[in-house]
Amino acid sequence: MNGQTMPSPPRRRWAGTVMALLLLALVVASLASLPLHFAAFFTADAVTSVAEFLGGFAPPETGTGFLQKTAIATAETLAMSAVGTLLAVAAGLLLAIPAAGRFGRPLRAIVRAALNVLRSIPELVWASVLLIAAGLGPFPGALALGAHTAGVLGRLFADALENATPLPEQSLRTNGAAPMAAFFYATLPQTLPQMLSYTLYRWENNIRAAAILGVVGAGGLGQMLKFHLSLFQMQKAATVILAMLLLVALVDAASFWLRRLLTR
Amino acid sequence: MHSIPAASTSERHPDPAWRGRVTTALVALLLLWPMLVASEFKPSLLFDVQSLTATGRFLADFFPPAHSPEFLALLLRETWQTVAIATSGLALALLGAIPATLVVTERLSVSRLGTGRMALPSRVVRQAVRWLLVLLRSVPELVWALLFVRIIGLGPTAGVLAIALTYCGMLGKVYAEILESSERHASDTLLANGASRLGALLYGALPESASELVSYTVYRWECAIRGSVVMGFVGAGGLGQRMDESMKMLAGGEVCAMLLVFVLLVAAADLVSKQLRKRLG
Repeated sequence: MNGQTMPSPPRRRWAGTVMALLLLALVVASLASLPLHFAAFFTADAVTSVAEFLGGFAPPETGTGFLQKTAIATAETLAMSAVGTLLAVAAGLLLAIPAAGRFGRPLRAIVRAALNVLRSIPELVWASVLLIAAGLGPFPGALALGAHTAGVLGRLFADALENATPLPEQSLRTNGAAPMAAFFYATLPQTLPQMLSYTLYRWENNIRAAAILGVVGAGGLGQMLKFHLSLFQMQKAATVILAMLLLVALVDAASFWLRRLLTR
Repeated sequence: MHSIPAASTSERHPDPAWRGRVTTALVALLLLWPMLVASEFKPSLLFDVQSLTATGRFLADFFPPAHSPEFLALLLRETWQTVAIATSGLALALLGAIPATLVVTERLSVSRLGTGRMALPSRVVRQAVRWLLVLLRSVPELVWALLFVRIIGLGPTAGVLAIALTYCGMLGKVYAEILESSERHASDTLLANGASRLGALLYGALPESASELVSYTVYRWECAIRGSVVMGFVGAGGLGQRMDESMKMLAGGEVCAMLLVFVLLVAAADLVSKQLRKRLG
């Protein structure tokens, strides 16, 4: 019995521990390097001023005129998101065809890099850049949503096109169909449902983004919020925030029901 | 064998169904018209002389990007601040999200054992915390940031708090969902045999879902970096605030350099998070 040696214990893996320590160091360094003023929150002075600030929100402004203005801004937000998504679908589809490698590998790499850049700049940054070219209002907002979403959708569309079976298109082509016709009748129908579902999903995201895009001056609810907050009109700001929450909740509910309807 | 009659296609229109497609597109455009009006869709605006010259001057400034040593030092400092805002915001969010997860997760309910029905008080507490999490995450982070900038003034504190609140709501919800979807047998057995809720979590549910939890957290950290740049635009510190200032001064070179840094930062965060998640998965 005692001639047998025990199996060696499993090797200790230090990678996890090292990673955890590095993360901890990152968190500590972050907290230490930022000029944070949390202590200011816990003075009696701050507590009363915060309470006063929050109290200023109640009751939300409910004058008919103001509600009407909020409704118009909400419609503007929705329109902005719809137009932005539509622009993105058009641009995304156009860019997806070269990005799916239909015009050779070098072009594919170039277009994919361009899509990455479009995608990695958030809508809000796009909006503030485009304000210079397109002036204040919902138009630059729609363009900004379009630019960011084109990057997202272009990449997704290109992947969908690449993943579609090439056989139907090939057989149409060998039987003499024109390239366009072959694409429209073989590859597009295969990928269309997927593209539609991506588009709907991005539209849902864009409504949420459009609601806040206005804080840099790009129209809709966000612009109203920024305006009233900077004038310290808290009750009006409260109404706008409630409208935003309502819009987002409605979109969430609609997408939930639609998804349920479609998957049943 | 019959030969299938070929659809007649003219040379000019290779798509036999083009009439239907064009009609659908036109009808859709007509229906969308009010949307185009409401969003003040005027592409001509982009091409009038005044905005073209302004844009041209701004874009001409882009090259070369600003690269004086002081500016690069500032850029480095602000980039670190952006990462630091995201990291400390997420760390604070975890402080709230982990206890909230413990409360919300139904898998860890003791009163549910046996009958399958929760006691009334615990149901009420769960629902209350759930609603709190919904409230926290449904106010956009940018709106939180705007509010905090109003309360405490410009600076990174507002950004950290905004990320902490929004992400607390998101993480709490998703953590609970991940734990709920783990195999119930282990945690149920532990609870039924008198283990504490914390014990059931640590030894029953956690081992199975740990990698998924960590990978979601890393993904959220990546989102927080993007979010912290965006929140800078309302005055919450970091790269975004500087970018906003340079944009207002129409300093194209500085904006260009910051956009480059930002794209690189996002790509780096993407890479790190992908690597970490691959390691875990």
